[in-house]
Amino acid sequence: MAIVFQPTEGLTKKPLHYCPGCNHGIIHRIIAETLVEMGLLDDAIGVASVGCTYNSYEYFSCDFVQAAHGRAPAVATGIKRTHKDKVVFTYQGDGDLASIGTAEIIHAAARGEKICAFFVNNAVYGMTSGQMAPTTLLGQVTTTSPFGRDASYQGYPINVSELISNLTGAVYVERVCVTDYKNIMNAKKAIRKAFEVQLSGKGFAFVEFLSTCPTNWGKDPIEAMDWLKEKMIPQYPLGCFKGADVDFTKSDDNEEVKA
Amino acid sequence: MAQKRVLMKGNEVIAEAALRAGCRNYFGYPITPQTEVMHYMAKKMVQIGGNFVQAESEVSAINMVYGAAAAGARVLTSSSSPGISLKQEGISYIAGAELPAVVVNIVRAGPGLGGIQPAQGDYFQATKGGGHGDYRNIVIAPASVQELYELTVEAFNLADKYRMCVMILGDGTLGQMMEPVAFRDVEPIEVYEKPWACTGRGERKEHNTVTSIYIDPDVLEAKNRELQDKYAVIEKDEVRYEAYGLEDAEIVITAFSTCSRISKNVIRQAAEMGIKVGMIRPITLWPFPSKIISDTAAMPNVKAFLDVELNAGQMIEDVRLAVNGQKPVYFHGRMGGNLPTQKEILDKIIEIHNGGNN
Repeated sequence: MAIVFQPTEGLTKKPLHYCPGCNHGIIHRIIAETLVEMGLLDDAIGVASVGCTYNSYEYFSCDFVQAAHGRAPAVATGIKRTHKDKVVFTYQGDGDLASIGTAEIIHAAARGEKICAFFVNNAVYGMTSGQMAPTTLLGQVTTTSPFGRDASYQGYPINVSELISNLTGAVYVERVCVTDYKNIMNAKKAIRKAFEVQLSGKGFAFVEFLSTCPTNWGKDPIEAMDWLKEKMIPQYPLGCFKGADVDFTKSDDNEEVKA
Repeated sequence: MAQKRVLMKGNEVIAEAALRAGCRNYFGYPITPQTEVMHYMAKKMVQIGGNFVQAESEVSAINMVYGAAAAGARVLTSSSSPGISLKQEGISYIAGAELPAVVVNIVRAGPGLGGIQPAQGDYFQATKGGGHGDYRNIVIAPASVQELYELTVEAFNLADKYRMCVMILGDGTLGQMMEPVAFRDVEPIEVYEKPWACTGRGERKEHNTVTSIYIDPDVLEAKNRELQDKYAVIEKDEVRYEAYGLEDAEIVITAFSTCSRISKNVIRQAAEMGIKVGMIRPITLWPFPSKIISDTAAMPNVKAFLDVELNAGQMIEDVRLAVNGQKPVYFHGRMGGNLPTQKEILDKIIEIHNGGNN
């Protein structure tokens, strides 16, 4: 019998603790698969953050360091500067990266740190039970915006990919989602490209994944996927903001000195 | 053997000592009065192919330290009081994850933004934890530029040996002063294997993880007990102090770092007046040299202690715990960046000698 699907060696056998309909499982899987397909698993060092994925080090089978809230890009900087020949990536949520960790992500990008940041944006704090995040949509009800996010009171959502793409040190920035096969394959391509950027030594790579949080959105998994498509994508359009036309697997004459 | 002596600034010697100890990673953020550590590293570290990163904040710098330490490197950061407050989150994580790191605090006067002159007001913060949770740092208080050199090298050995943060607690005086220093030809670097480090899985079958989170209370309590067991070993094996003239002392001064140097001169002056004064100078502030203080308090010739600090009285709490009521403990301190004069301390000694008021 032909094997058509099997576990990836990029993930451990530990069952995921994520809620039904949460996209973290898919995103973990495609990052892990990509590491295996690119032959990078033995050279990869991940940095886990604070939030629902605090223990993602139990799921990925590469080396992993758990970081304080928002500090993953700084921790990754310390690791990458120590092991320049390894592949270092962060895995962060939107409370972590877009709120408490804004300084760390902006400056890691500005320094052109040779790391990949994988940013999972579900428009809400998941772990701490559904508070408003910087990425919460206008009108969205959360436990700390119980009447809906009001711009005059709580300000506006932050479009992190657009922000990061303004920084010279960030050479590749793309926003993806994993709502269906086509988008998952596209997201996987973005992950591969992010790792290619790092291998090229050309700078900082950033991939934002729009993601669901059925539990804290108060929706079932199908409704949550629909809500993401209907509500989140208009605020957070998919696409590549920087580096779309660059093939990072090819070196050019003006290639920057590798770190 | 010691070679020819060179005149160097305390802060620069810290940086040079770190390089000699094999440290190839420095992460920092500018703050007075420790910036010369950074300046020296910015140049020398790059010249020898190490890593120097000027971080966007002290918070980020200590987390870069956390990352480099988790990756198995010898790593240094330096700052001064307000910056060290910002690093406390990271220092707690370093304790929880059991990572080796050296943190230098060239203390300035506080609280708040305070001033930029020397102080010892961070004693509590350094020795009692500073960040959240039950943990300790080894805290070393050099008293000269030569000691800054030797003890900084030693700090890296201790950090690796015990997998923990070692803090060098200096002050603005020590960091800014220039003194002759004699460098060794070969540094006594102790090499510890780091099989736990995240270096990429490579040939290993299992992946390594560095973390400080343990959700299960029983697991976390066991982890805490491991830490406390480690700290107990350090309290037994790593206490360092200098004792001076205790055998016939009537009054014993307790003072560390800069205050101990001023006090030493006072001891000579007091001797000329016929008052016998000794001194116990803690070199490790944690583990604290409680036993020698306790034993000294029991000596019949010792009538009283005088604790001298650049604060409102912080180490004196540990001195009093060690003395345990056996003898009175007097205090003289200055704050705000001021240093006590020899006369101030001598006057206090005369007052105690004459039966003084506590």
